[in-house]
Amino acid sequence: MQHGKYRFIAGFLALPVILYAVFVISPFVQAIYYSFTDWTGLSSDFEMVGFKNYDWLLHDDIFWKAVGHNVLLLLVVPLVTLGLGLFFAFMLNVGGRGRKNAAVSGVRGSSLYKVIYFFPQVLSIAIVALLFQFTYNPRNGAINAFLGGIGLDALQQQWLADPKLALWCLMAVMVWSNVGFYVVLFSAGMSSIPKDFYEAALLDGANRVKTFFKITLPLLWDTVQTGWIYMGIIALDAFAVVQIMTVGPGGPADSTQVMGYYVYTKTFHDGQAGRATTIGVAMLIVTLVFAVIVTRLGRRERLEY
Amino acid sequence: MGSEGRVLNVFSHGILVIWGLLVTLPLLWAVMSSLKTDKQIFTSPWGLPSALHFDNWSRAWSKSNIGDFFLNTILVVGCSLIGTMLLGSMAAYILARFEFPGKRFIYFMFVGGMSFPIILALVPLFFVMKNMSLLNTFHGLILVYIAYSLPFTVFFLTSFFKTLPSSVAEAALIDGASHTRTFFQVMLPMAKPGLISVGIFNFLGQWNQYMLPTVLNTDEDKRVLTQGLVQLAASQQYKGDWSALFAGLVLAMLPVLAVYILFQRQVQAGLTAGALK
Repeated sequence: MQHGKYRFIAGFLALPVILYAVFVISPFVQAIYYSFTDWTGLSSDFEMVGFKNYDWLLHDDIFWKAVGHNVLLLLVVPLVTLGLGLFFAFMLNVGGRGRKNAAVSGVRGSSLYKVIYFFPQVLSIAIVALLFQFTYNPRNGAINAFLGGIGLDALQQQWLADPKLALWCLMAVMVWSNVGFYVVLFSAGMSSIPKDFYEAALLDGANRVKTFFKITLPLLWDTVQTGWIYMGIIALDAFAVVQIMTVGPGGPADSTQVMGYYVYTKTFHDGQAGRATTIGVAMLIVTLVFAVIVTRLGRRERLEY
Repeated sequence: MGSEGRVLNVFSHGILVIWGLLVTLPLLWAVMSSLKTDKQIFTSPWGLPSALHFDNWSRAWSKSNIGDFFLNTILVVGCSLIGTMLLGSMAAYILARFEFPGKRFIYFMFVGGMSFPIILALVPLFFVMKNMSLLNTFHGLILVYIAYSLPFTVFFLTSFFKTLPSSVAEAALIDGASHTRTFFQVMLPMAKPGLISVGIFNFLGQWNQYMLPTVLNTDEDKRVLTQGLVQLAASQQYKGDWSALFAGLVLAMLPVLAVYILFQRQVQAGLTAGALK
């Protein structure tokens, strides 16, 4: 019986583990190894160069530009996305006070809003990026045409071609495509908060703003924190929007360069796979630092209800 | 309810409607543009199409190869999804229900994969695939999709299998069913709700994948929908067949939006299931 059990375990685990080890684990481990080599990626010979790539990285202007952009993305995109998500979810679930004689209820049509807001989430980020590349087009795009149509010609811009604006245009797209997910996520969290909490607050005369900060947000904190990490990983990536939407490599005057895309260009355009993996390792470090900071900052007493 | 409530209601509805418009208008604009002539796209970007030019759609489908990209995507995602669900549920079942040495290590190896940036693995992965002659092949892409879908699938299904009652499985074993048979005939049917949630999650993730095929699958004939469309856009902007580009974009958006509208409850539940424990 025991023998049969182990044979069964091995039989069921073998394929998934092998596949995962070959295609996921081994590349990750190799990436760290290659970051210490001068590998071009074109031929199979390379030499160990110690920390030379890391030294190069510390003095590479484009890399630091990319890091700066990633940090900006990491601060702005999750903050705006989660903020809007919380705001909309609160209005949809608690906003319609006084209806049906209940202390709290959603506004009318809240389920329809949730369906619509979620649209962008099911579309590929590649499709979304392409759609907005067309929308931002200065000659026939929707935005400039709209501004012209309402008489605000002065506000028309070369959106993606302007180094000062390009990165903000990409951030708007990332926010646009992710808000709906958090509206649904936070709505699910809010609906599990007991109604009597709100009733008690109402009796004490709390208004909606106070209710949000004193009841909803503290009870939802765990979900917000998980959402922040998810959103952070998306903001750190940004590969598709940069590659598809802005002229390459990395936008006008590297104004939209990010670490993920820099790894790609270094490997497949410049033939510097060793250096590319070094950037990748730097990206991993930024990711881990970010995750640690969010978990530390978010540590609070867990509320049971 | 006082006047404060009414003012706030108008205010909150106003904001909700504005975001609703911000979400839907770009999509509607793309649909409208896909039905116009090129000239109309340039002269009146927000105008309604004078006539419905569905020929743009057929031109995009056949001449711009959207049809082929579609079939490639269906093939790759179909096989990947079956493989992911089968291998993922097998591994999760073992990790949830059996004790053996090294179990924790294997579990954390799988789950750890959720937090690493894929781009870091991408460069070596390219050469792993090259050495195995898997670059630019459908089966290579399928294996990679499965491997990169395993972390979340195993994580989600392991906790799901733990919640299922063990008495049914034990009864089946006592009745003389083998472990394998118990898994396929008793446990998998019981796990159906969990399988559906994670299946939807994986379907959308794999259907929408862009970075992996861009790097690992550069053969023109083997492009999947997302990369095919992006490369088409890059080449078409110089030729200027904008109406066909919009048509291609709309054709690529319609099926997922249709699936979503039909199954919106399951999709929302499936996609948010991972974040809510």
